[in-house]
Amino acid sequence: MLKRRKTGDAQPTADAKSKGGGLFKRGGSQTKPTGQPQLYGVVAEFDNEEDLVKAAHHAYEAGYRRMDAFTPYPIEEVSEAIGFHHNRVALIVLIGGLTGVIAGFLLQYYIMVIDYPLNFNGRAPFAWPAFVPVMFETTILGSAFAAVLGMLALNGLPLLYHPVMKTPGFERVTRDGYFFAIEAADPAFDSAKVRQFFQEQRARNIAEVNV
Amino acid sequence: MAVESLDPRNGPVLEPGHSYGSLSDKLTNVVLTRRTPMAWFVAAAIGFLGLMLFLYSVTMLLVYGIGIWGVNVPVAWGFDIVNFVWWIGIGHAGTLISAVLLLTRQKWRTSINRFAEAMTLFAVVCAGMYPILHLGRPWLFYWLFPYPYTLGAWPQFNSPLVWDVFAISTYALTSLLFWYTGLIPDLANMRDRAQNRFAKIAYGIFALGWRGSARHWARYETAYLLLAGLATPLVVSVHSVVSLDFAAGVVPGWQVTVFPPYFVAGAIFSGFAMVLTLAIPIRALYRLQDLITMRHLEMMAKVMLATGLIVSFGYMLEAFYSIYSADTYEVFLTQNRAFGPYAWSYWALWACNALSIQLLWFRRIRTSIPALFILSIIVNIGMWLERFVIIVTALHRDFLPSAWGMYVPTVWDWGTYIGTMGLFLFLMFLFVRFVPLIAIAEMQVLLKEETHGPGHGHQDTEHGHGRGDGHAAAGMPGSTNITGATH
Repeated sequence: MLKRRKTGDAQPTADAKSKGGGLFKRGGSQTKPTGQPQLYGVVAEFDNEEDLVKAAHHAYEAGYRRMDAFTPYPIEEVSEAIGFHHNRVALIVLIGGLTGVIAGFLLQYYIMVIDYPLNFNGRAPFAWPAFVPVMFETTILGSAFAAVLGMLALNGLPLLYHPVMKTPGFERVTRDGYFFAIEAADPAFDSAKVRQFFQEQRARNIAEVNV
Repeated sequence: MAVESLDPRNGPVLEPGHSYGSLSDKLTNVVLTRRTPMAWFVAAAIGFLGLMLFLYSVTMLLVYGIGIWGVNVPVAWGFDIVNFVWWIGIGHAGTLISAVLLLTRQKWRTSINRFAEAMTLFAVVCAGMYPILHLGRPWLFYWLFPYPYTLGAWPQFNSPLVWDVFAISTYALTSLLFWYTGLIPDLANMRDRAQNRFAKIAYGIFALGWRGSARHWARYETAYLLLAGLATPLVVSVHSVVSLDFAAGVVPGWQVTVFPPYFVAGAIFSGFAMVLTLAIPIRALYRLQDLITMRHLEMMAKVMLATGLIVSFGYMLEAFYSIYSADTYEVFLTQNRAFGPYAWSYWALWACNALSIQLLWFRRIRTSIPALFILSIIVNIGMWLERFVIIVTALHRDFLPSAWGMYVPTVWDWGTYIGTMGLFLFLMFLFVRFVPLIAIAEMQVLLKEETHGPGHGHQDTEHGHGRGDGHAAAGMPGSTNITGATH
């Protein structure tokens, strides 16, 4: 994240940094940091997918990086627009599959060759072609678990509560709502500016959401 | 897209007139608000009775031992293995629909994949029970797994029966993961729609806190696609390994190299028949004709026809090679199948699996719901007969006439069999009652593709904006719910 922020278009980021960098707790009516609920960010709802995708592109161009979209179904353009191009799920699955195949082989090798060799008509105990079906199954098993558990772990799930869920009307996100959040943790974050930005993007509901 | 444009007579995969919201509501309402139809209670009750019969039969088996079944030397594999192979084959269509058709971008799969996957899962539950029950001492089934125990012995990994343990357990677990992963976004939808507090909490826990984040979706899509890629070879391997249980033996009629592909095709054939058997009543019961359209039924009929022809070819090859081999026992096997005491099952098999499906060449049959329903049941019976023919006719007369015998299933064989059907039905109807039976998020993606490009269902919202959006969206942080009502 840090690296990308620096390499992104520097101008708006630097601009916002000088102004808003130290102010990111400004969201509430008071500036007192202690005892006050901390701001998570500003969340906006969009009417349709096109507006959301456009807003996501513009947000990225405006230099925001700590942001996320929330949609009822996968929209590839949005994750691309917010600068999320690669994920490591495939790598984890590869590791899971390799673990599976090696474990499957070692298990059978240990049992059939080292610990409990059986003599079938003088055939060699190390009959590797017979190991293949089980190795195949353990590969699939390892990869499948890696895919699901890896995806959930990278997503930080299960996480039954998240601040964005406090956004009014957020229950629509699983039906037909398109939400976009710019987080207070973004160095370019400035609540008033972000709200202004969302208005320009034809957002429907704009809300500040506390942690 | 290409599939449709080829033939304009093909119906749509999704009837027009749906928006994202209406689609979601229609599918969540099946579970949440719609009154449960009376037919559901009747069907679930029948399933429950079957489940009780299963409980009774298994209790009898555990108390009195495997002698209450009709199996005995020479036919040591009877209904238990017939039903095992039958059930596991049925499961395969679910994986095929959800994985292979996903990879080949057949979008007609979308509205049937969820319950086809559920069907897989429940069929594997039913199937997995049989090999365990037929062990003689079912409570020691865990000896099949390689773990260090006090006897100091290990499973024998050169045996297809051990491969089978790995194949079936991997298949069951992967199917469960695949199904559950597909469910997560829809469970979140249920969580957000549920009015009942208990339902909200229950769906909330199973939804794992899914919030539709773009980053989450990106990883989710990768994981789901990879799972589909993994499930595809898995489904082929599972039934191949099952067929090796036979093909690695020396019994005439079992030692056939054509078994793996022919078993896999048969599995898909029977699985699609079962999907039709289930889809036809369920779509009528929940009025889902606009989501599970005639097009779906016709496509499934076509897959049935194609796989049915492969299976018929397998039967011909089996008969041809046994005669061509000039091996006494092989030739005798084929004669015995065709004219022996179990000839009825062999010819019934041909009639059900090879002859009846020829009707599917006709479009009128493929688009007639009663005809499809009846044909699907005939194929289910035919595929059961196939396993019966393979197992019983091969075993009951093998090498030595002095060792010949007959196999007659007892009331407990039938009780266990009908019992697992009850279990399957009961689980299926519980699933329909508590979980959205069509993948909502995937249907929304389909809707988006059908309405061409990323355009939203209701274009009228565009007019409300234009220049005036400044005050329309001039929401203060507090006043956010302006449009909540208009939606």
